[in-house]
Amino acid sequence: MDVQEYIASGILELYIAGILSDKENLEIANYAKEYPEIQKEIEAIEASILTLSKKASPGLKYSFKSIMDRINNDVKIISINDKRGVPISTYVGWAASVLLAIGMFWLYQQNQELKSEIQVVEQQNFNLEQEIADSDSSLEKTQELLSSIRDKNISVVPLGGQDISPTSYAKAYWNKENKKVFIDAKGLPEPPDGFVYQVWSLKLSPLTPTSMGLLENFDMDENKIFALNNPNESEAFGITLEPAGGSESPTLEQLYTLGVVSAS
Amino acid sequence: MQLDLLVEQFKKKDPSAFEKLYGMYADNICGVINTIVKNDSIAQEICQDVFIKIWNNSESYNSSKGRFFTWILNIARNAAIDEIRSRSYKNEKKNLSADYFVGILQNKEEEESSNVDTNGLRNLVKNLKEKCVQIIELLYFRGYTQKDAAEELDIPIGTVKTRNRSCISQLRENMESK
Repeated sequence: MDVQEYIASGILELYIAGILSDKENLEIANYAKEYPEIQKEIEAIEASILTLSKKASPGLKYSFKSIMDRINNDVKIISINDKRGVPISTYVGWAASVLLAIGMFWLYQQNQELKSEIQVVEQQNFNLEQEIADSDSSLEKTQELLSSIRDKNISVVPLGGQDISPTSYAKAYWNKENKKVFIDAKGLPEPPDGFVYQVWSLKLSPLTPTSMGLLENFDMDENKIFALNNPNESEAFGITLEPAGGSESPTLEQLYTLGVVSAS
Repeated sequence: MQLDLLVEQFKKKDPSAFEKLYGMYADNICGVINTIVKNDSIAQEICQDVFIKIWNNSESYNSSKGRFFTWILNIARNAAIDEIRSRSYKNEKKNLSADYFVGILQNKEEEESSNVDTNGLRNLVKNLKEKCVQIIELLYFRGYTQKDAAEELDIPIGTVKTRNRSCISQLRENMESK
């Protein structure tokens, strides 16, 4: 190969410009190793372009260190983005949605509990109101009762215990004006199932019993005071235990209490 | 062959080798960029970016494909050309001679603050014909192919190589006579 002719062709100048094909570049690189003149010529051409381009330099604003600083910062930023940035945001997103779901479930539970508590409190409230109403009506009844038995027309007839139940006792409060009798049966035992107390108005000579009525719902009645009508001219009151529904005439063997109306 | 060793170390991401190469070529690369963007501060910014890019792509350089300087020259002019395209420099072809690197001389005489070595540049190009300035600009600073340069200068493609050779020879004479 004629080295001088090769140099004179101008291909080495284009080699420095970097506008040849890969094949030509490889060929020249090999020639440069083989022929020192070619290597020298390449370096001389490069030097001329280096000189020319250096004359156009605006000066170096940035130190090498500042370039390395930027390179190192870029590397850090890239590594953070690659290894952590994306996964963290993904995990945070999932974690947030899970927390939200748990939070909503918890709030739902709280809400249900509060609702049932409110129901309980409402029920208690209702019960208390009921008790107050009951107390009120009980108080009213008691006052009514009290005023009834304090009435000046009332005559009090104590009924003493008889053979079958000597500890029993009762009282009759008889208002002759309005023909009413209040029986205070606090001193009577609870009647056995299927039996009921029956109150009789008695005439003594001859002995004539007249039924005044039954003490119904004895065990349910709180104050054990029963109001009965008594249109009779009674001389005594008796209370017998009779089968449920009452009897036509008193069963004298089951006479619990008896009391005579005192002459007034 | 000290350069080859330096480049080998640089390819292995040796910062001290990179620093030496930076010292050897930074002004030239910034100068190449300045012939294209014709603005000192923009050239300096791009120049920094180019050296970061060079470092990040160091392993892609292959000496069988060309000189190390040619490799970084190519990266630099691509970056600079991207820049002027993105800034849509509109008068690129309006006034051809003012657009060539000697245009820096005219610009710089108006701006006293410039760092460009205008006297040195003037001496280098003093007896270069305009057609030499044009062809050097196109081939070295613009990366035109022979075919593109021939079309741009309206000359036969075979003439590009020989004309460039004689222009570079003239440049080398100017350097030696200094």
